Amino acid sequence: MAMSQKKKSKIEVTFIYLFFLIMFIIIGYPLFWALMMSLNPGSNMLVTDLFPESPTLEHYKWLFMDPNSDYVIWYQNSLYVALVNAGGSVIITSLIAYAFSRYKFIGRKYGLYMFLLLQMFPALMGMVALYILLNTIGLTDSLYGLMLIYLGGQIPFNAWLVKGYFDTIPKELDEAAKMDGAGHLRVFWTIMLPLAKPILAVVALFNFMAPFMDFLLPRIVLTSPEKYTLALGLYNFINDQFSTNFTRFAAGSILIAIPIALVFLLLQRYLISGLTSGATKG
Amino acid sequence: MATNHNSGSAWIKKPRNIATILSIIPGLGQFYNRRFLKGISLLIVTVSFLITTWNYIDIGIWGLFTLGTIPRDHHSIQLLIQGLISLIILGFGIAIYLYNLKDARSDAIARENHRSNPTLIQGMAAFYNNGFPYFMILPGLLMLLFIVVVPLMFMLALAFTDYNQYNAPPRHLLSWVGLNNFVDLANVGIWKDTFLSVFTWTVVWTVVATSFQIILGLFLALLVNDKRIKFKRTIRTILILPWAVPAFVSILIFSALFNPTFGAINRDILSQFETMIPWLSDPFWAKVALIMIQTWLGFPFVFALFTGVLQSVPQDMYEAADVDGGSRLQKFRHITLPHVLFATAPLLIMQYAGNFNNFNIIYLFNEGNPAVRGQNAGGTDILISWVYKLTFETNNYNMAAAITIIMGIIISVFAFFQFRKTASFKEEGRY
Repeated sequence: MAMSQKKKSKIEVTFIYLFFLIMFIIIGYPLFWALMMSLNPGSNMLVTDLFPESPTLEHYKWLFMDPNSDYVIWYQNSLYVALVNAGGSVIITSLIAYAFSRYKFIGRKYGLYMFLLLQMFPALMGMVALYILLNTIGLTDSLYGLMLIYLGGQIPFNAWLVKGYFDTIPKELDEAAKMDGAGHLRVFWTIMLPLAKPILAVVALFNFMAPFMDFLLPRIVLTSPEKYTLALGLYNFINDQFSTNFTRFAAGSILIAIPIALVFLLLQRYLISGLTSGATKG
Repeated sequence: MATNHNSGSAWIKKPRNIATILSIIPGLGQFYNRRFLKGISLLIVTVSFLITTWNYIDIGIWGLFTLGTIPRDHHSIQLLIQGLISLIILGFGIAIYLYNLKDARSDAIARENHRSNPTLIQGMAAFYNNGFPYFMILPGLLMLLFIVVVPLMFMLALAFTDYNQYNAPPRHLLSWVGLNNFVDLANVGIWKDTFLSVFTWTVVWTVVATSFQIILGLFLALLVNDKRIKFKRTIRTILILPWAVPAFVSILIFSALFNPTFGAINRDILSQFETMIPWLSDPFWAKVALIMIQTWLGFPFVFALFTGVLQSVPQDMYEAADVDGGSRLQKFRHITLPHVLFATAPLLIMQYAGNFNNFNIIYLFNEGNPAVRGQNAGGTDILISWVYKLTFETNNYNMAAAITIIMGIIISVFAFFQFRKTASFKEEGRY
């Protein structure tokens, strides 16, 4: 009896590992395939091999060296937008979240409802009007226009997330500080912000990564190639002539996927805990 | 009559009422209360508000109602946006005005109770204290209003106009057409058929793709959580990988993988079994591919979420179940599942809402294609990608807007459920 129990358990564990193995293959295959495509010479997809006979770095070289390549500029644009977006969103949302978490004011409850509802509406729904508005203030085909949309659009979700986190910080702390004569901003700066670092890191990270992943807004807002962000530029590699530039696209994608994936994997623990505590107060 | 007059004059003689009535012209009530600095500032704010915005609001409101009267001279779309912005400015104006009335009244009440007026510094401090939360939200609120709310209101308004490719400003004026667009959506053949098929697929897509994600994520989380499994950290890291790679990159890779001519799935894998599947040109197979890809993309988030929550399930509950001789399935159904679902419900609802709006995968995989006969949306188009095409490709703005409103209503239902499941609202009684 005990013997068979043990045996059964062993078989079970083997099957579990087997299942993991299958999952690893399913996860790894597309990524590995893309990596190998980027090492294939030429751009004719019909003659590509999973294991090319003469692997080459020509596509990587092209991205950086070729005068026709805007890749480095796109990288700079994306980094610029991402940094401003990360910094700006932390400032704006933490101010809002502080007011919503700690103060009573007219419209507070409806404000929260509004965040919850608006957070579900994708920016795409208002794209026509956004474009016209940007046009009237002269910010189409401009990275600033793009930043403005990102910064405004992230408010509902992130304000709600940070507010949830602020709520978990004991109110006694700031009341004690106020007893000692600290003003509103001082409480915010010396008590709330330091204690909310984990969630602020999550907000910064999300908003840093968003411009690297989003291709739709840039596609609508930006028109000149030297203003493109990475996602849009790469999309255009394969959007124009699909089969001809996939190898180049693969090379360009791998160079953004690797740093982003590394940052992500390093910080994923904080991402999860931030999301669960902010969104559900678990 | 006489008594009435008497009580009326008594009422009017009360300082709080005098102050309120005087401040119908902002600032006068404050003067009456001998709060001169405040009165002057309010008066200046009011006058400058009126001078700077009067014209804009006047034209805006007029434009909102008429959408212009002279073609080429009046641009209906710009008038519409001006009208919406006017409404917001007007809202701010009214808020300041109401504050003025309330402020005059409360100061007068304080004076009735013989409290002396605060000094300048006290007054400023009180203003700062009471106004603080408003100052904090003001920058964000302004951005939110102009970047999210105005565009959504604009879309809402377009649904009730006749704005399309053939009837576009500045050549033509738009007009309000009531519910015509919705009626067309329900009655005109091509719109009705397209709407029904896109809507059905959107529902199937949202439910199936998201549920697959959640089931696979949950299943894997349970497996990794098993005590007998080793190398947990490594396994978790690899399982999270699809989430870490930017989604647009993965989708475009999959799009190439599924490509019938050079994609590896047909060429390298299915050719072993002597079959070819038309992944991109057959609506059914394109949908199957999309659901598989979305499962691949989406399960790691759920997996990571559940892994975190599983560790917080109280162990003594399982021990108690062991004593009672509960089977593994029973333990899962009655302990693990409720606990996990309860803790993550809002985020799971967001997953459904996210897929409902998942424009990226549909558009990047196949641009919503293949085309379908007798329909103006592609075979894999969901509502949002259809709206995108109607807006940016065929310029059917009015229909796109009408569909957006229908989507908005559905999204509000998601939001409602999420709202009910969110703990932060349950604890709102704290203040």
